[in-house]
Amino acid sequence: MHDPLVIAGREFGSRLFLGTGKFPSNAALEAAIVASGSEMVTVALRRVDPTAAGEGDILDAIDPARVLLLTNTSGADDAEEAVRLARLARSGGYPTWIKLEITPEPRYLLPDGVETLKAAEILCREGFTVLPYVNADPVLCKRLEEVGCATVMPLGSWIGSNQGLRTKAALEIIIEQSLVPVVVDAGIGAPSQAAEAMEMGAGAVLVNTAIGTAGDPAAMADAFRMAVVAGRQAFLAGLPAVGRAAEASSPLTGFLT
Amino acid sequence: MTITPVALESRPEGVPDHSAAADFLATDLAAAVALSATASEADVDRALRAPRRSLADLGALLSPAAATRLEDMAALAHRASVRRFGRVVRLFAPLYLSNECVSTCTYCGFSSGNDIARRTLSPAEVAAEARTLRDRGFRHLLLVAGEHARIVSKDYLVECVAALAPEIPSISLETQVWDTGTYRRLVDAGCEGLVVYQEVYDRDTYARVHLKGKKRNYDWRLAAPDRAAEAGMRALSLGVLLGLEEGWRAEVVALAAHAQALLRRWWRCEVAVSLPRLRPAAGDFRPARAVTDREYVQILCALRLALPDVGITLSTREAPAFRDAAFKLGVTQMSAGSHTEPGGYADPGGAEPQFEVSDTRSPAEVASALRAAGYDPVWKDTIGARIADANETRLRP
Repeated sequence: MHDPLVIAGREFGSRLFLGTGKFPSNAALEAAIVASGSEMVTVALRRVDPTAAGEGDILDAIDPARVLLLTNTSGADDAEEAVRLARLARSGGYPTWIKLEITPEPRYLLPDGVETLKAAEILCREGFTVLPYVNADPVLCKRLEEVGCATVMPLGSWIGSNQGLRTKAALEIIIEQSLVPVVVDAGIGAPSQAAEAMEMGAGAVLVNTAIGTAGDPAAMADAFRMAVVAGRQAFLAGLPAVGRAAEASSPLTGFLT
Repeated sequence: MTITPVALESRPEGVPDHSAAADFLATDLAAAVALSATASEADVDRALRAPRRSLADLGALLSPAAATRLEDMAALAHRASVRRFGRVVRLFAPLYLSNECVSTCTYCGFSSGNDIARRTLSPAEVAAEARTLRDRGFRHLLLVAGEHARIVSKDYLVECVAALAPEIPSISLETQVWDTGTYRRLVDAGCEGLVVYQEVYDRDTYARVHLKGKKRNYDWRLAAPDRAAEAGMRALSLGVLLGLEEGWRAEVVALAAHAQALLRRWWRCEVAVSLPRLRPAAGDFRPARAVTDREYVQILCALRLALPDVGITLSTREAPAFRDAAFKLGVTQMSAGSHTEPGGYADPGGAEPQFEVSDTRSPAEVASALRAAGYDPVWKDTIGARIADANETRLRP
């Protein structure tokens, strides 16, 4: 079945996006990207160092022919810094797809919605394809959609927490209302949680910590690949509703004519 | 030679209201400190199982009772660390600007009374040191200097930072403490982090080891991270010098409480802690009580478990074999190939070091030891406020 994810007019064959932090080596990262089947990989611009000698740079693990490089603005703590980083990426010759990440608080890395909206407005106007990382806030997601963002990327739970979809109730509203693909980002700690997000109707999921810190990152990437496919297929097939009470298989009021 | 009078910034007694220093001083540490001595097995067990650990839990984890659970603590600390920070360690190098010092601190090689070769690098020499370190891979540098407000002046430090900022993405500073206005100038010049060790939180011991100089003012030093944060520094690093104070458990509790106070007050800042153990240095100071390797590991694990989001630095003061094993228990940042004398990288031999380093391996050797252990040595993880302004094409692939 042909079921591509379309973002800003571009088709993606995989609904699993991969983050590149926390991996034990470039080789492990490269193997995980291949095993995940992912076609969109995000890299923190602050980690990139083409001037590095010897063992190479994080970008060496990414094959631009196979995957779209999504530079992210992690480390930015306000709109001004995020816009600066995005422009820096563009002037450096990287794709103009930006994962907008503004996290002024370094402990839980929670996104600042006010600054994110401000930066998204500027970057969309400047022609960037903007994928903003946000709290699971339905109204903020609509506002971001209105200023031209290509997706919204609400968090399932805090970055790196592996706590799964703690924001599920809000995610349901976001998915229901959104006109752009919803990418559940952050907090997905197990393939079952990725499948759960896909079953709910998410357009894609972004996973990093659960794969990067696994004992065998490539094997875990493969497990996530399968879970995302399974979850998507279940969503398309139409999951039966969860009933609150027993439902008799024969009508109880059949005797009425 | 004419002596230029030094204008001292006003340094009021006490700490300002609404500061992390004030919050810290108002924190009651008694219960946690008591637990660090007398915790029962049940207290330790509770602390190990707690999903979020309090200061009292930290006390329990530092206790003699917890020492028997060291392997359990290590397993938890390792797991927490991998989840939060990944299998990565950031590498940095200290760059000593000057070993001139007017303070008398009994434990430090730079102490004013010590008859050692003194040297202050010119900004051009500082740039040469930075280039050497850059060639060795470093993108994170820590500028270090003794306390001499005339020779190692505000203007000099601002000039050094400004000279490096276009080339070095991350610059931090470890010098005498300054007022907010000076920190603001340093931030504007491109400095992103402040390292200021209280050295010892116990006031009596503090007074006993800091005999002369501005560093005698405990409160002024305690509130330095507040002033730096107010001025816009993004990274704050605290520390205690283990060996100065016999009661190291209470010192670690105080360090953690200070870190927590900073996290609450300055929620945008990254906070890290460092626990250097005293090393041999000019002046031949004898530690009050040396912390053993086993105790040190317990401290690392306890801090990682109690402060899961706080960075921990492990320096070349520690021996190679110890570093290669202990870094997995929560360390986020390591120095490598360090020289603790001004000019030690590009032009060695002109001055005496602050202390003898213990891990003398090259940065490349430390990086390959990390790789062999399944960790990624990270040389660069910041853009740098002045990099783009100077030369945007530097990032071109």
